[in-house]
Order: sequence, then structure tokens, then C-alpha cells
Amino acid sequence: MRLLPIIFAVLLTACRLGAGEEFRFPPPEFESGYSLPQTTHPAVSSCEIVDIALLALALLAAGFLAHRARSRRGLVALAVLSLLYFGFWRQGCVCPVGSIQNVALFLSGGIASLPIVVVVFFILPLLFALFHGRTFCAAVCPLGAVQELALWKPVKVPEWLEHILGTLPYVFLATAILFAATGGQFLICQYDPFVSLFRLSGKVSALAGWGAVLFVCLFIGRAYCRFICPYGVLLKACARLARKRITITPDECIRCRLCEDACPYNAIRIPVPGGVERKTAPRERKILAALILLLPVLATLGALAGGRLGVFLAAKHPAVKLAEDINRRNLGETPKDNLPLIALRINRGDEGQVLLRAEKIRRQMKAGAATGGAILLFLLGMKLILLTVRPPRRDYEADPAACVACGRCYEYCPREQARLKIVPFDN
Amino acid sequence: MPENKKTRREVLRDGGRLLALAGAGAALGYAAGSGKKREYVWQLDPYKCIQCGKCATECVLEPSAVKCVHAFAMCGYCELCTGYFEPDAEKLDTAAENALCPTGAIKRSFVEDPYYAYVIDEALCVGCGKCVAGCAKFGNGSLFLQVRHDRCVNCNECAIAKKCPAQAFSRVPADQPYLLKQAAAKKSEPGKAE
Repeated sequence: MRLLPIIFAVLLTACRLGAGEEFRFPPPEFESGYSLPQTTHPAVSSCEIVDIALLALALLAAGFLAHRARSRRGLVALAVLSLLYFGFWRQGCVCPVGSIQNVALFLSGGIASLPIVVVVFFILPLLFALFHGRTFCAAVCPLGAVQELALWKPVKVPEWLEHILGTLPYVFLATAILFAATGGQFLICQYDPFVSLFRLSGKVSALAGWGAVLFVCLFIGRAYCRFICPYGVLLKACARLARKRITITPDECIRCRLCEDACPYNAIRIPVPGGVERKTAPRERKILAALILLLPVLATLGALAGGRLGVFLAAKHPAVKLAEDINRRNLGETPKDNLPLIALRINRGDEGQVLLRAEKIRRQMKAGAATGGAILLFLLGMKLILLTVRPPRRDYEADPAACVACGRCYEYCPREQARLKIVPFDN
Repeated sequence: MPENKKTRREVLRDGGRLLALAGAGAALGYAAGSGKKREYVWQLDPYKCIQCGKCATECVLEPSAVKCVHAFAMCGYCELCTGYFEPDAEKLDTAAENALCPTGAIKRSFVEDPYYAYVIDEALCVGCGKCVAGCAKFGNGSLFLQVRHDRCVNCNECAIAKKCPAQAFSRVPADQPYLLKQAAAKKSEPGKAE
């Protein structure tokens, strides 16, 4: 469909050229031997094979450093390298976080094929997360790296706030997929705080954006990763299934509590006493039963709220905006930004088509938002359920979903220090 | 519980991982099987462009990756070029006050009576489209805007595309990265030039 206007324009021009006199000023016949200069058009240069190879290599190295070498220093060095290459040299695009939208656009039929580099950037970190946990976040993602390096004086976020803010990435992911799939906008790229830092260019608002996020990250470790990053949602899901988990201690935990406050990202889970008395706690069992019964209610509520929200979201779509401008003009009002209407008139666009397309997008948005809302609230219910069932935990453990494998906790462990022969350890 | 026996959680986790791997495999297969693999780059259709000037201001690069391109085969070599001169130019000479281009990126030179050649200095061009508008209004429309791929960083979402009122930007296959005006496309060299 996109090609039609182009073909039309081509045909029109061909007719003009054939007629000859359609040029207002016919190209001259030169007598002085002047020959027409050639305009050259620089080719696209890309090195996606190098990018793919370096991504795979960096992921392998991160896995080795986090699990085998247990070296925070190595991870930081790798993070710096990743920041320099994937951030400042490659200038950000395409990144795994943003590739979610390309995949959504492809699956909804918005683009005919997915470039290999996008497929690999989307799926490789997830595959590695299935085996190594979130080592991508630790030292490969340039967004993670810049925040990791920025953390200066960590402030502990209270657990309840962590849980509440932790739901934001799910909402962002759902909204971003919805917008990308309807062919509207790539929200993740628009609200990427660091891409203008990597490019060292952009508007004042972009500067203020990454400035503010980096300032927050001085105190609240990896604020973007924890409370915004939509790719983190997928990585978390994979990391929960990981074959190798990040372990604080290289061998057996002695429950010395030394690592308790080591993690700036609230990823260390303390031992939970288990046993008979927990199993019979009647109050918690009641809450659990109520929550399970509540699940379908929550999902229905989510669908209803999503449907309402969908109408509001659709109004942000450029095609819908244009249709609304047409309606407003037909009512005799002047829209705020007249340019799209002028462009439509100059290009002799079909207003009926625009209105039809907008109606279709509205329907898609509404259905998509209802589905998304149902899934989101269902997941919220599941989260509440998981909060009530606390399986007994013997040792200090890193939560595989929350842990970004930064390696800070390693050196807090006396067992690790014994392993590295920093202190003698007597069994 | 014996040491070597897996707990229920571990069994569930292993199952989940297998499922996820199978899903990833299926997704990869589907993506690989979906026709020809193409890279995409951003380009603007000069036939849709209304010269609003946003190419100069919205690009993440400074100056913009969009530049004016001249299709010499379409040019009338006019002495009074409406893409070159201000509408109320005092004199038809190369003095800056008479020129439309804010950066002086168009070089005007005498060819033969009464023809003058106009050449774009891309290093100076900021892609504002003032000359494009002037040429389209009263001339042959031989000047038009294009994303130049030696500069474009190929953002996942083009910042100009988002703001383009004519929705003239689209993803085009990277092996055909320009949408030239017809006469220009016919004359330009295939291969490296394209």
C-alpha cells in the first residue's frame, strides 16, 4: 500500500517528461561543452556481523566473569568496554531493549521482514539469561553500564516501594508493544534517557532527561533498569528459569549476615524460617485463598480499565491525530498544528482513507489495551500470591529476577575471601 | 531428601527453561522463514515532502542527516533561480543578502549565456528545505531533500519521521536507500553512487 503513491508519482513524472514542455524551464542544451555534474549518493555502511559477534562475545565473557571468575573488577571493565562500543561507538541503535518494538511491529505485519541483527539482538540476551541469569544487564547493556558506573551513594529503596515501582516496567512494556504493533510510535526509543548521551547530541529536553536520570542513579542504583526497563521484564522471566544462578558465596553459606546490606538493588533475600508453624498460619492461608479467588476479578477489571484507556492511548497515534484534525476542521475549528492537514491537501491525500484508518487503529488500540490490562492485573494478582507464599529459605540468596549480576556481594562473603586467600578461613 | 534428587522447584524450572528454549527456537525459525532478510534504513519521499523545515530541527544529529540533493538533469539552469534567490532579491548576484540559503550552501556559477549552474555544498547544508520550497514553487523542482546515509545513524525510530507532518518518511531496504526524483534516478550511476 505504501508503494502506491510512489508508483503514482513516478507515472505522473514520466508523463511530464514525455510531454517535455511540462518543465517550467526546459533543461537547456549547452553549446559550451558543459557536461551535467553527477550527484553521488553515499551508500549505507553497516557492520552488523561485527555487532552480532561482539554481542555474543560480550555475553559469553559476562557469564564467565559472573559465574566462573566471580570478578567484579572484570565485570566493571567489561561494562566500560560495552559502554564504549555499544553506547558511544555504535550510538545505541538497534539495542535489545528497543528491538522489542521491531519484533512487535513485525509480528503485527507492520514490516515485511526482520533484519537479522534485530532478531539476534532481541533473542540472544534472553537465551543467555536462560542459562546465566541477567549477565546481559551486568556488563553488556550500555544503558545498564552507564548506571552501574554512576552509582555513588546507594540509598536503599524500602521494600514496599520497590514492589510498587517494580510494576512500572510491565505497564511500559505493554504500552510500548501496543504502540509499536499498531504502527504508531516506538515509545521505548522516544523515552530512552541515554541515547542522546551516547550520541552527545540532541535537544535540551533530552539533555535534561539523561541528566535527571543519571542524577537519580547516583543514589538509587540502576533506577532505569529496576523501574522502567521493559526488556528487563523479559530478562527477569528468563532469569527465573536460569540454569546457573548468581550465588553470593562460592560454596556453602554460613549465614554470617555480612552480605545483608551489600546489594544496592535489593536483590539479596534473607533466610526465611520454615517449618510446621508456617504451614498452619491461618491468616496467611485465608489471604492466599482470597487472592486466588480474586484473580479472575482482577483480570476482568484490567480488561475493562484497559478498554477505557485504549481510547485515550489511540488519540496519541499520529494517524488518529490527523483524523481528529480533519473532524475538527469540518466542524469549523482550527486545529492547533495545521501542518499535517496542509500536507494532506498538498499531496491530495484521501481524507476518507485517513478517517477509516484512524477508526481501525482505535479499534485495535482498544482491543489491545483491554488484553494488556487483563494480563497486567492478572500478573499483579500472581505477584501478590507469590508474596504470600514464602518458601522457607535457609541461606542468603540472590533473587535471580532482581539480581543484575553486578558482583558487588562477592567480596562481602568471608567464604569468597577465603577462596581468594585474602583472609585465612578455618572450617 | 537425598542430595542428588531434584526438588519440585528445580524440576519446574528445568521444564520452564526447556519450554522457553523451544519457544525461542520456534520464534527464530519463524523469523528466519519469513522471506528475504533485509536491513532497513530511513528515507523520505520527495514527492510527499512539503518542506516544513522540520528535517533541519528534529534530527538527532547537528546538523541534520537530511540534506538537499540536486537533480541536475531536471534543472533549468535559470538566471533567476527561485531556489537560490530571496523573493525580493535586490540584484541577481552571489551576495549573501540576496541568497535564500541560510548557510550559503548553494554555489552559483556562470555556465554560458543565459545559464547558471547551482551546486550544493553538502558540508554546509542543514536540510532546512528553503531552496527546495523555492524551486518547487516557481521552478522545475530539481532540488529535493534526502536522508544522506554517510551521516544518518539509522535510529530505531527516526526522530524526524515522528514529527514529519506529511508522513513522508519510511523504512526502505538498505540496498536501495534513496528515493530520488525520477529524472535524477535515471541519470545517476548505479552501483556505488546509489
